Amino acid sequence: MIGVKERTPVAERAGPEPATRLDAAPEPAVRVERLNAYYGSTHAVGDMTLELPSRSVTAIIGPSGCGKSTFLRCLNRMHEITPGTRVTGQVFLGNEDIYWQGVDPVEVRGRVGMVFQKPNPFPMMSVYDNVAAGPRLRGWGLSNTDMDALVERNLRRAALWDEVKDRLRRSGATLSGGQQQRLCIARALATDPAIVLMDEPCSALDPIATYRIEELISELASEVTIVVVTHNMQQASRVSARTAFMLAGEDGVGRLVEYGKTDELFTTPRDERTEAYITGRFG
Amino acid sequence: MNAALALQSGVGRNRVLRRRHVLEQTMVVLLGTATLLAGGLLALILGYVIVRGLPALDLAFFTERPRPFGVTGGGIAPALIGTLIIGLVAGVIAVPIGISAAIFVVEYRSGRWAEVVRFAAELMAGLPSIVVGVFVWAFLVRGVIGNYAGIAGSVALAVIMVPIVGRTAEEVLRLVPNSLREAALALGAPRWRVVLNVVLPTARAGLATAIVLAIARAAGETAPLLLTALGNVFFSADLFKPMAALPLQIYQYAVAPYDDWHTKAWGASLVLVAVIAAVSLLLRLAIRRGTAS
Amino acid sequence: MRSRGDRFFAGSVGGLAMLVPATLLLITALLLIEAFPAIRTYGLSFLTTTTWDPVKLVFGAGAYVFGTLVTTGIAVVLAAPVAIGAAIFLTEYAPRPTRAPLGFLIEVLAYIPSIVYGLWGFFVVVPLMRSTIEPALQTTFGGIPIVGSLFSGPIVGLDLFMGGVILAIMILPILLTVTREVLAAVPSTQREGMLGLGATRWEMVTRVVLPYARAGIAGAIILGIARAFGETMAVTLVVGNSSTAISPSLFTPGYTMASAIANQFTEADSDLYFSAIVEIAVVLLLVAIVVNAAARLLIRRTGAAREGLVL
Repeated sequence: MIGVKERTPVAERAGPEPATRLDAAPEPAVRVERLNAYYGSTHAVGDMTLELPSRSVTAIIGPSGCGKSTFLRCLNRMHEITPGTRVTGQVFLGNEDIYWQGVDPVEVRGRVGMVFQKPNPFPMMSVYDNVAAGPRLRGWGLSNTDMDALVERNLRRAALWDEVKDRLRRSGATLSGGQQQRLCIARALATDPAIVLMDEPCSALDPIATYRIEELISELASEVTIVVVTHNMQQASRVSARTAFMLAGEDGVGRLVEYGKTDELFTTPRDERTEAYITGRFG
Repeated sequence: MNAALALQSGVGRNRVLRRRHVLEQTMVVLLGTATLLAGGLLALILGYVIVRGLPALDLAFFTERPRPFGVTGGGIAPALIGTLIIGLVAGVIAVPIGISAAIFVVEYRSGRWAEVVRFAAELMAGLPSIVVGVFVWAFLVRGVIGNYAGIAGSVALAVIMVPIVGRTAEEVLRLVPNSLREAALALGAPRWRVVLNVVLPTARAGLATAIVLAIARAAGETAPLLLTALGNVFFSADLFKPMAALPLQIYQYAVAPYDDWHTKAWGASLVLVAVIAAVSLLLRLAIRRGTAS
Repeated sequence: MRSRGDRFFAGSVGGLAMLVPATLLLITALLLIEAFPAIRTYGLSFLTTTTWDPVKLVFGAGAYVFGTLVTTGIAVVLAAPVAIGAAIFLTEYAPRPTRAPLGFLIEVLAYIPSIVYGLWGFFVVVPLMRSTIEPALQTTFGGIPIVGSLFSGPIVGLDLFMGGVILAIMILPILLTVTREVLAAVPSTQREGMLGLGATRWEMVTRVVLPYARAGIAGAIILGIARAFGETMAVTLVVGNSSTAISPSLFTPGYTMASAIANQFTEADSDLYFSAIVEIAVVLLLVAIVVNAAARLLIRRTGAAREGLVL
């Protein structure tokens, strides 16, 4: 039994016209239709269909090996970086299917932010340059003052500005683990993505740093759609509005078992496998 | 300020993005061309060696000694024999030292001398071969022996070979699993038996490779032999007199003003390259067959 | 508890093993001793003056040092971009099945004996240089103010430029091998971080991979320099061995330190002449030790998988 929110009618396939910037209209959501992901001949993720609301946090939970990271990486076409991989299905960001024939994966990745499990600031770049890396790639051509403002704004959004404002030109590698991860969040935010994907962002951090990042995620949710993969159920219940539970079946394929509002899923799960997982009976 | 999530599919309205992709594609073509050209160099060099060297190969080439200046005919037989003798003697000197150094570094690594030996071997590997030649030239040719001699050439080649043998042997010995050593020690075998009867036999294929490769490498060295063995146009197996060697003969043929000798230089090069290639290939096959079984 | 067998074995193995550092010390000491008469007579001017007169017993190896530096410099300038470019191509772009064969084709160049390079260079490339390449360079660049003097003068074909070219081919394999290993050692988390930001693979290479690997690449270049410095036979055959004039033109014939030794050792009649030749070898020795140590330190710092390369 899969708890899936009622789907809105399939939007018209978008043509070459760009969507206009609408300040009043709602930010796009993520809609996944029958997504399958493969590593060579291994079927890792099977038939995922769900819809993630905009401007909120959705958590993906499940035991190791259930395919949640693979699924996440399909949302910004990072899965296909690994040679021999394959994806079928559709992923709609806003109105457009990122897996449609002519779509440029480089552009998709530029429009979706990603934060990785192990903080990975570029050590050869300063804190400033790390944050500026995305905008520079996109060729925004900002003047020095504008870029300074952009860097400061995003470091503030990532709750890191006060700690680094005096050492912007020093390498990102001199920061603590928690600070590095917030730097990576600032870096991901710098290109103003509508969606940010986080793959177990706190698993390499100590509890205090974890707490600060969870706070940050909750704050950011008012501006950005966030999808967090986590193996920590308490974290999912603290941080997210909706939670998706994945499980690898006997065939080794990771599938969506249940998806719904976080508090409902954790207090009154509809599927007995969900209940088994959250009560710690396995995994 | 929030950019709308608008993906331009296919038409590529985004000029910046298109430019980035064009840049990448240009670089890939450039880099690929550079790689292919570099890869083609080998074919170019070997091609010339084969094409220009084949005409020189006949029976006389392999069995006779060089004729005097300006006379056609003759061959590289003394050089072949000389290379064999010098190479084998060099091996006899270098192999025990090189393998002992490897054993010392791997099996007795706790002592501080092991690190000294390892570091010295690395430095020795970096010595230019001409410097090794000058050393033996000063030490043996102008010093102890008093004249150019084949054995001086062997000593020079041995100095070059020791670090090569040592480093490859070290890698091979490290691959022998520690569990084997511990099992033997647990059975009560003394350290020296463990090394001689367990470690070395297990590693013998790799060690053989190390030795043969080192000899093949050393056989192609010219500079150290120039200052030590000097070369000889007569058949001679006297290690204490100048001795012929293949690389030296190539050099002497090359700098002479006779076309016939130039062709012989190519022919001798072909022989040298063929031997090195054959040895390396046979070794690879032997290793593959050995690990497969 | 050491049995007699153990002590004997350890002693023999240790004794033979210690011959390695002992020989190294012997080489250094002997060369220094034999070079001492020249060192004492000429001092620092040995490296800076260019008069090399065996009759009047005035020995200044400046021209040889100059030739070594110029040919090595040309070799690095020509080989480094090709090697680094090929390393990038093989690591990031070449189709997987082609990587090993292509890499192999280039790396096998290291196993060709240097005398064969010399032969090929002398009979195949030098005529081409003399007839086509150097005249073309002279016509193209000759007019430009400072750069033009590099390509000026009579064209012989046997010159420092040709020496540099043959050295470039010879150091290509080691530059490629080490750079490939250094690039492969860049962590995938770094690569993914840049790709996740929406970079093309090329942007990932130039903005993250190369900066991360730059110490190792510097080490590779230094290893290449060390190899070029000591190369003798290939260079001897093509560098000219005739002039001790120091001129800005790359088309001048010249000597390198190694080729000077190879050309003159048979003529060392006087003790001072002999000592001077040995002193050249001493210079090569010291440079080799310093440069090799620096290179390995740099490569080790990037955590490349293999330290000592058997090349």
